[in-house]
Amino acid sequence: MSLQATMGDYQTKQTLETFGFLPPLSQQEIYDQIAYIIAQGWTPAIEHVHPSGSMDDYWTMWKLPFFGEQELGNVAAELEACHRSYPGHHVRLTGYDSYTQSQGSCFVVFHGRA
Amino acid sequence: MSKKYDAGVKEYRDMYWTPDYVPLDTDLLACFKCTGQPGVPREEVAAAVAAESSTGTWSTVWSELLTDLEYYKGRAYRIEDVPGDNESFYAFIAYPIDLFEEGSIVNVLTSLVGNVFGFKALRHLRLEDLRFPIAYIKTCGGPPAGIQLERDRLNKYGRPMLGATIKPKLGLSAKNYGRAVYECLRGGLDMTKDDENVNSQPFMRWRDRFEFVGEAIQKAQQETGERKGHYLNVTAATPEEMYKRAEFAKEVGSPIIMHDFLTGGFTANTGLANWCRENGMLLHIHRAMHAVIDRHPKHGIHFRVLAKCLRLSGGDHLHTGTVVGKLEGDRASTLGFVDQLRESFVPEDRSRGVFFDQDWGSLPGVFAVASGGIHVWHMPALVTIFGDDSMLQFGGGTQGHPWGNAAGACANRVAAEACVKARNEGRELEKEAREIMTEAAQHSPELAIAMETWKEIKFEFDTVDKLDT
Repeated sequence: MSLQATMGDYQTKQTLETFGFLPPLSQQEIYDQIAYIIAQGWTPAIEHVHPSGSMDDYWTMWKLPFFGEQELGNVAAELEACHRSYPGHHVRLTGYDSYTQSQGSCFVVFHGRA
Repeated sequence: MSKKYDAGVKEYRDMYWTPDYVPLDTDLLACFKCTGQPGVPREEVAAAVAAESSTGTWSTVWSELLTDLEYYKGRAYRIEDVPGDNESFYAFIAYPIDLFEEGSIVNVLTSLVGNVFGFKALRHLRLEDLRFPIAYIKTCGGPPAGIQLERDRLNKYGRPMLGATIKPKLGLSAKNYGRAVYECLRGGLDMTKDDENVNSQPFMRWRDRFEFVGEAIQKAQQETGERKGHYLNVTAATPEEMYKRAEFAKEVGSPIIMHDFLTGGFTANTGLANWCRENGMLLHIHRAMHAVIDRHPKHGIHFRVLAKCLRLSGGDHLHTGTVVGKLEGDRASTLGFVDQLRESFVPEDRSRGVFFDQDWGSLPGVFAVASGGIHVWHMPALVTIFGDDSMLQFGGGTQGHPWGNAAGACANRVAAEACVKARNEGRELEKEAREIMTEAAQHSPELAIAMETWKEIKFEFDTVDKLDT
């Protein structure tokens, strides 16, 4: 067999940053990441945007960041609620780190269709 | 009553060995590893280093009496044994802050590592560590952006960034070079890098490279929906040329430029850092020539000092070695200076070669760059050692992939994200490395091929410059 025949063709993907190269996370895997955010002392927050605006710095906030939230289930329920309200939008989960004034974690949970 | 002038040669220790001195918070403190000529007492060696790196000269001069040398002199205030070494010792020296021009790393180094290193009474001399007083740090510009602002500008959160130095490092035409950049970026790397010796050679002049690379960045951003960059190397023969290239890099839309801080020098580096701050550009710092200065365990300057100087002079990324790749680097020692780049306070820790508490105040942090002979199999160790605030650069480990740069980039990105995800789930990356990588490869043929290609490559040589234990 020729070398070319065994060689894969890499197709460019829309990947939307962190975890964009992993398969969609399962419910359990999303729970694990929420647990990590809470265990770090960060504040979970949800944002969404129409796919045409995915490169913008600011996506629309879903309510306010969940200050002091310790229940994984509550955060997961809000992710679902946001997704139901905006089924065509990207929805991402952020962990706000007030010490570094940065986001300790941020990844897209639901992908909207452009 | 004023002092009388007494011409002649005095022993250094009469004036510069002050074991009762308690250093001030505003003093700049230094720890030198000294190896004297046989027969010279330690106190005399330490005092000589203090004198020759501050106010002293070999002979008394009358004009000394016109000033208050007690205020300006450096003081050797402590001597310690070097563990496991009978011929060398540590000398601790305190310098009053007024010996140094504000915001000038050039001035600090010219004093501290100037003539004294050629002093005949010493066989070897090594500057092991410096404690900069917070009062001095407040006079320095520091990183043009810093870790937090760079993350916000580039939208990279919760993971190390990934990069690659474009290969072959010399000889590509500008258009072919831009192709290699585009392929890496579309495949999933966040940034690519000019090799340090790519400046503006006959085969590829800087302006042409910048234009093609600019297009590569824009196209990759549009296609992936992610922010991308390429460190355009603006290191040049003159400052004027350097600034000209920096301006054009901004014009073609790169978010970041690059400089070699040791060969280019601290004057150029500090100026360029200021330019970057004023122009909203990030600054990647390469460290060519560092091993000439820092590798010998008894002579020169330890890299932790050069890293501290760079954070003050200004840079958003600094190469730190990889610990696991092809270039020298002891793990504990590397972690010691990685802390100096990123943290706001670093306590004394001799197990990491840190001789002083160092308060960095509000100075922004610098990303640690791990680059040189690393590939996907190193990913679990790299994520563990360097954490999220790092730039992991796979040159050969991206572009050597059997399917090309884009697939190689994808393999690295999949590996990095799998490691971050596993770490967040509470798994032990280094212990479970094989399982985590194998699981990740099940949904990525690019990673599976990369793991097969580099499974046998190791760089297991003993470190030359070890910590003193």
